[in-house]
Amino acid sequence: MVAGTGPLVEVRDLTIRYGGRAALSGVSLEVRRNEIFGIIGPAGSGKTSFLRALNRMDEFTSGMEIEGRVTFDGRDVRNLRNLYALRRRIGVVFPLPVGLPLTVYENVALSPRLSGVRNKADLDVIVERCLRRAALWDEVKDRLGALGSLLSGGQQQRLTIARALSQDPQLLLLDEFSIAVDPVTTMRIEDVLKDLRDELTIVLVTNLVQQARRLADRTAFFLSGECVEIAPTEDLFTGGTRDARTRDYVEGRFG
Amino acid sequence: MSSMFQRTALNARNEQRERMVRAVFGLMTVLLVLPVLIILGLLVLRGGPALSIEFLFSEPEKGMTAGGILPALVGTIWLVAVSLVASVPIGIAAALYLSEYAKDNWLTRAINLAIINLAGVPSIVHALFGVGAFVLFFGFGTSILAASLTLAVMALPVVIVATRESLQAVPMAFREACWNMGATRWQTIRKVVLPNSISGILTGIILEVSRTAGETAPIMFTGAAFFLPFLPNTVMDQTMALSLHLYVVTTQVPNVPEHLPYGVALVLILIVLILNATSIAFRTWLRGRKKW
Repeated sequence: MVAGTGPLVEVRDLTIRYGGRAALSGVSLEVRRNEIFGIIGPAGSGKTSFLRALNRMDEFTSGMEIEGRVTFDGRDVRNLRNLYALRRRIGVVFPLPVGLPLTVYENVALSPRLSGVRNKADLDVIVERCLRRAALWDEVKDRLGALGSLLSGGQQQRLTIARALSQDPQLLLLDEFSIAVDPVTTMRIEDVLKDLRDELTIVLVTNLVQQARRLADRTAFFLSGECVEIAPTEDLFTGGTRDARTRDYVEGRFG
Repeated sequence: MSSMFQRTALNARNEQRERMVRAVFGLMTVLLVLPVLIILGLLVLRGGPALSIEFLFSEPEKGMTAGGILPALVGTIWLVAVSLVASVPIGIAAALYLSEYAKDNWLTRAINLAIINLAGVPSIVHALFGVGAFVLFFGFGTSILAASLTLAVMALPVVIVATRESLQAVPMAFREACWNMGATRWQTIRKVVLPNSISGILTGIILEVSRTAGETAPIMFTGAAFFLPFLPNTVMDQTMALSLHLYVVTTQVPNVPEHLPYGVALVLILIVLILNATSIAFRTWLRGRKKW
C-alpha cells in the first residue's frame, strides 16, 4: 500500500495478552483518514489495550504481548526501526492527566524541542497555538512559568492534550479524556476535536456513549476483548445495529 | 441513644492495650536514642578539652602521644574524595541502567540481588579483596588509590541502591508520557527523571560519604599508615586516616593522655554529624519544592 492513501490505521487479527491472559482477541478494523473513530464498551473490554498496541507501548509494558498486524500509514508497526518517529506522529491522552513536573510552557515546548525546534519565537507560537486549541490558554497565559504538575486536574488534562497536539500528530489517541474535566470544558474540547478532524485523525475511546454520538463518525463496540460491531455512529443510535448486545449497551441496558 | 457511646468491656480492653503498646514502642525509642546520647555526651565531655585549632592543624608529636591530627584529617579527606570520584559515576550509571533501561527479567533480578548481597559483605572481606585486587594485581601498592578504590567497591552497592530508589520514586506515568512523545530513554532521563531525583541521589551519596569516612578495616592493609607525619602529595602515596589513627592511639600506643583518643573520636563523629545534617537539611529543602 502506498503511504498517503488508504486507511491511516489498519488492524488485522489483533490479539493482546498480558502474561497469557487475553485482553483483546482477534480484532480487525481500519481507521480512515480524517475521521473520528469512536470505541465504546464496558470496563475490561480491551479498549485501552487496543490503543496501546497502535503506538507500540508494549515495548515498555512488561508482560504485554501483541499478535496480529497493525499498520500505520501503510507501514507495519512491528517492523518499524524508528519507533520514536512513529510515536511522534501519534499523540496520546490517557484518562488521568499527566502534567510533567516542568513549567506549563516547557510541558508544551518539550516535544518540539526534542524534535529539534530551537528558536524561541517558533516555540512561543507552537505553545500558544496548542494551549489555545486545548482551551487552556486564557487560564494559564499569565503563568506559563508555573509548574504544570501543580495545575488542577482538569487543567492538567487540557495541558496533556496541548502537549499531545504539540507533537503535530497525524493521529490522536484519546482514552476517556474527559473523566477529570468538567462538563463545560469537555464541551469546549469536543468542539476543538470536531475542528481538528480537518487536519488529523482521532481515535476516541470513551465510556460515555453520548460523547461517541456527539463526536464519532464511526463507532466500534468492544465487549470482553472482542470487537462486536463497527458502524456509522448514527446507525448505532437509531436502531441500525446488527448485534443485540450493541443495542443493549447503547440504550443503557447493561454495562 | 446514649447507650451507643457507653464504654463497654471491649472498649476498656482496647484502651488498655493501646496504652501498653504505646508505652512499649516509646521505651524502645528511648533505648535507641540513649546510647547515641551517652556516646556523644562522653565524647564531648572527655574529648572537648582536646579540641583546638592547633589540634586540627598540627602534626602528631612524641610518638603520637601529643600534638595534633592534621595528617589523619587530610588523609581521610583524600580517601573519601578519591573513593567518591570512583564510586559515584559508576554507581549512578549502573543504577540508571538497572532502573531505566534493563528489562525486568531473571538476569536483572539476579543482579539486583547480588548488589544487595554485596552491601552485606563484611568490611574485612572488602579489605582482603582490596589487597588482592588493587595493591597486588593492579600493582597500585599500599596507596591512597588502592585504599580509596577498596572503599569505593564497598560504597558502590549503597550508591546504586540509593540512586535506584530515588529514580523509582519518579512516577512511571511521567516516563510513559515522555516516551509517547517519541522521546528516547536518555531524553526522558535528562528532561524528567534526573531533574526530579537528583536531590535524592545526592542525599544518598552524602550519607555514604559519612559511612566511608569512618571505615577502618578496608584501608588498614591497602593504604592507610600507622604513623606518617607528612601530607600526601599524590594518590600513590600512603596516608594517615582518622579512623585508623583512632584505633592506633587507643590500642597500640602506650602512655597516650586520655583526652587525645576522645578528641580524635569527637572530630570523626563531628564530620559524620555535619555531613548527615547537611543531607537532612537538603532533604527538607527538597520536600519543600516537590513538583507533584
